Amino acid sequence: MTQSVIDIRNISVGFTGKSGATLPVLRNIDLSVAEGESIGIVGESGSGKSTLALAAMGYLKRGLRLLDGSVVFRGQDMFSRTRPELEKIRGGELALIPQNSGQSLTPTLRIGAQLIEALRLHSSVPASDHVAKATELLGQVRLPDPKAIMSRFPHELSGGQQQRVALAMALAGEPHALLLDEPTTGLDVTTQAHILELLRDIARERGMAMVYVSHDLGAIARVCNRVVVMYAGEVILKGTTRQVLKAPVHPYARGLLASIPRLADHHLPVALDGRPPAPGGAGNGCSFVDRCALAQDRCRSERPDLAGLPSGELVRCFFYEQAEQLALAGNGAVPIQIAADGVPALQLDDLSISYHQPGLLDKFLGRSEAHVATVDDIDVTVQRGETLGLVGESGSGKSTILKSVAGLLPPAGGNITVAGGEALAPNVESRPPDHLRRIQMIFQNPDDSLNPRHTVAELLEQPLRLYFGLAGQALHDRSVEILDRVRLGGHYLDRLPSQLSGGEKQRIAIARAFAADPDLVLCDEVTSALDVSVQAAVLDLLNELKEKQGTTYVFVSHDLAVVKALSDRVAVLYQGRLCEVGPSDQVYATPSHPYTEVLLGAVLEPDPDTAPTLAADDVVELSPPAQGCPFQRRCPRKIGAICDTEIPPWHEGSDGHAIRCHLGIDELAAVQATQAAE
Amino acid sequence: MLRMLLRRLFLGAVTVAIVSVIIFSGVELLPGDSCTAFLEREAKGKLLENCREAQGLNRGPVERYVDWAASAVQGDLGVSANGQKSITELVGNRLKNSLLLAACSLALGVPLAIFLGVVTGLWRDRPIDLTLSTLAIFAMTIPEFVSATLLILLFSIWLGWLPGIVLTPAHAPASEFFPEILLPVLVLTMVMTAHILRMVRSSVIEVMAGDYVQMATLKGVPYWRIVFRHALPNALLPAINVVALTIAWLLGGVVVIEVVFNYPGLGRMMIDSISDRDLPVVQAIALIVATVYVGVNLSADLLTMIANPRLRTLHMRRQ
Repeated sequence: MTQSVIDIRNISVGFTGKSGATLPVLRNIDLSVAEGESIGIVGESGSGKSTLALAAMGYLKRGLRLLDGSVVFRGQDMFSRTRPELEKIRGGELALIPQNSGQSLTPTLRIGAQLIEALRLHSSVPASDHVAKATELLGQVRLPDPKAIMSRFPHELSGGQQQRVALAMALAGEPHALLLDEPTTGLDVTTQAHILELLRDIARERGMAMVYVSHDLGAIARVCNRVVVMYAGEVILKGTTRQVLKAPVHPYARGLLASIPRLADHHLPVALDGRPPAPGGAGNGCSFVDRCALAQDRCRSERPDLAGLPSGELVRCFFYEQAEQLALAGNGAVPIQIAADGVPALQLDDLSISYHQPGLLDKFLGRSEAHVATVDDIDVTVQRGETLGLVGESGSGKSTILKSVAGLLPPAGGNITVAGGEALAPNVESRPPDHLRRIQMIFQNPDDSLNPRHTVAELLEQPLRLYFGLAGQALHDRSVEILDRVRLGGHYLDRLPSQLSGGEKQRIAIARAFAADPDLVLCDEVTSALDVSVQAAVLDLLNELKEKQGTTYVFVSHDLAVVKALSDRVAVLYQGRLCEVGPSDQVYATPSHPYTEVLLGAVLEPDPDTAPTLAADDVVELSPPAQGCPFQRRCPRKIGAICDTEIPPWHEGSDGHAIRCHLGIDELAAVQATQAAE
Repeated sequence: MLRMLLRRLFLGAVTVAIVSVIIFSGVELLPGDSCTAFLEREAKGKLLENCREAQGLNRGPVERYVDWAASAVQGDLGVSANGQKSITELVGNRLKNSLLLAACSLALGVPLAIFLGVVTGLWRDRPIDLTLSTLAIFAMTIPEFVSATLLILLFSIWLGWLPGIVLTPAHAPASEFFPEILLPVLVLTMVMTAHILRMVRSSVIEVMAGDYVQMATLKGVPYWRIVFRHALPNALLPAINVVALTIAWLLGGVVVIEVVFNYPGLGRMMIDSISDRDLPVVQAIALIVATVYVGVNLSADLLTMIANPRLRTLHMRRQ
């Protein structure tokens, strides 16, 4: 057995609660990481996974304290080192890549200065070579034009570039071990896949040990050899990646896997109901008992130990042998399809939107600059009862289109019509109440979209009063009815958003939208801020409401599997231009637009036996090219000069499937089939 | 960048112009004018008529405004109703004195406030923070005339170290105001230090709890280097605007202190002119104070923009 680099021994971490009692955040955790090994730590938010990773550096967030145990990094006890000793280790032999690099880079310092600081502190490179070395590091993490990046400020880089800078900074100290705290959360699928490949390569090259914290099992599957599953501050399952992701023996791990939407599955993912106990609220028994399908009396009175199995896994469950009964996939509800009558609920004709608003001075002087529209040339029809998914990377204009339909951003050109052929006024202020009622929007983050000072009752009563003139008992009854419909109850009426969990808040946001009895509901990344298990519950709820109300959805998400789970038809956007539209089964299969191909190739399945197919040197662009096909610079199927000069034509397939490319559908099918054969 | 500077300058000028209209209309709405004030009981009949004729008060308000504004732009603020002296000269002396008082208070108060703000922010909830923060609250809440009186009692009556009142005439050169100016400076410093300290403290706490400070810690950057290189340049950005507001307050709003110490500054002149109904002087001072507010805030915004790379590059790229 190789020597362990990081040795976490029976560590417990806690804080002092309002009542004065000590509440544990981590409970008796053992973990050792060997040289060159990469370990994944997974769990929902609040499971203590980030706290554990930071504790490996001898660091605890303000308010937390070490209750028991120790962390040994290469023979040194991290919690009994002096500050100068820790400063030598941190960023040197042991480096961290943080969750949000955008906020973790100092905004007032140039990238070069921050990299050189790391070199100055932790490397043997002489000061005269710092600039050259820093530039070289930026090149190693495959950033284009490292020299230019050196003199940039953090906010001038894209999310993926910031993450690469963080990686370069970590590599500056030539670390033995790398701690990664959700390093790709919030990045586009393509960017994420490229960063993960880069990490794999670099870790293998240098023999670095990695601790990879993530809630994304797809990323874990790609990077890690072994996986630790955490729940409520405890390790509940530990094994090789294949054991944990293919045939997990703990009910929670199985539930977690079942709640992930998959591209290949035609069912909705299954939600894990309930929520983890608050710190200190686990009681005497198993912490998962309230959400467990296998729970028995013994689970409530006795806390199971982490038991070793003959196959090598460690599991904290009395009844792990029965866990196999719980399905991993294919057990969810079937997505409802009700678009039958062929009446268009929403029609976008030649829609174009530009964020550039002429300033007062420009208007005064009569100047008008030619600006490339953010979103251009969008023609889409959504049938009544249909769900249209909009997919694309960040900056592809998917949310921009929703904002225009909602009237929050007046289009620069084109028409938006709703059922009955009524054109919508460009501004929400000039729309009649009936139009406002018929179109409702649900936003990404319920923390921002729900007024924190309004109770649930006040939130729901506003649309009911405004659109239906309800008052008194009728108003109350209707609010309760709506709450029941989103599977909350009347007892939620008096609560404030701060008293709800993330999933409950999003349900309230959904309830508020449905209180208006809308025809069309616009969903803008509604599950992105939620844990997977909660995401599954929200998807299930939206599906159920569609069946009961016959609602039409426009569903925007950067997660292709989530869109697939719910959508009847899908539109793929690149740089604000449509690439492909069609029934979701056809869009997600070949032949498809080269951009759809790139996006699908980058999706990571929570399965260690799959690998993404990535285009080499794929870089995210910030603005579309001035002429020709918008995707020309990244296209793996580029045929020549025609792509640079001419806007490609639409090629129609069956069932309204259409691809916008200089290659015809048959030609695309041929090239893509050849590649699949290789 | 240049375009944005010109735009802000233009907007600032528009603001001052609007304020000047408001000031002029306000004074116009008051019953009586500088002639009725000057002539007092004799303000009737031929005498009043002649006075108004002489001061051009019988012309229409628009005409008089244009005349006033045009000369103000050229630095001529007209003549005072009492004694017919040049306002530019009268106010000029007072402005110089107010600037002296403000400069001394700022030179003492701003570095002290920032230093103490950083100290309380870094040692949050420790005894030193609790002591200083409590003192700051006292300094802010005790009315200025009370703290001024207490300081006079302590330093000039009991200890006899400093003069408790300013006797130097308004037109004396700056150097002659020492050491009389020290007590008013001390009182002003107390009040402004408290304000700036509390702002800097909360800003330091926020930045020190931020992601990039945590990252710098976990990158192995020594503590004081984190403080000076990573945290303070960000934490002190909001201080620029508070300091700007303080400057504006010092130049126009310290009436009470000037009265208590008999200091010949702008604030006291304003009060005196109001009670004398010397309306041209009131107008002139109001205009100066407004211009100072606009100018100081404009400079603060520009300074923030230069110090904050986010804003700087935003405007650079727009070019």
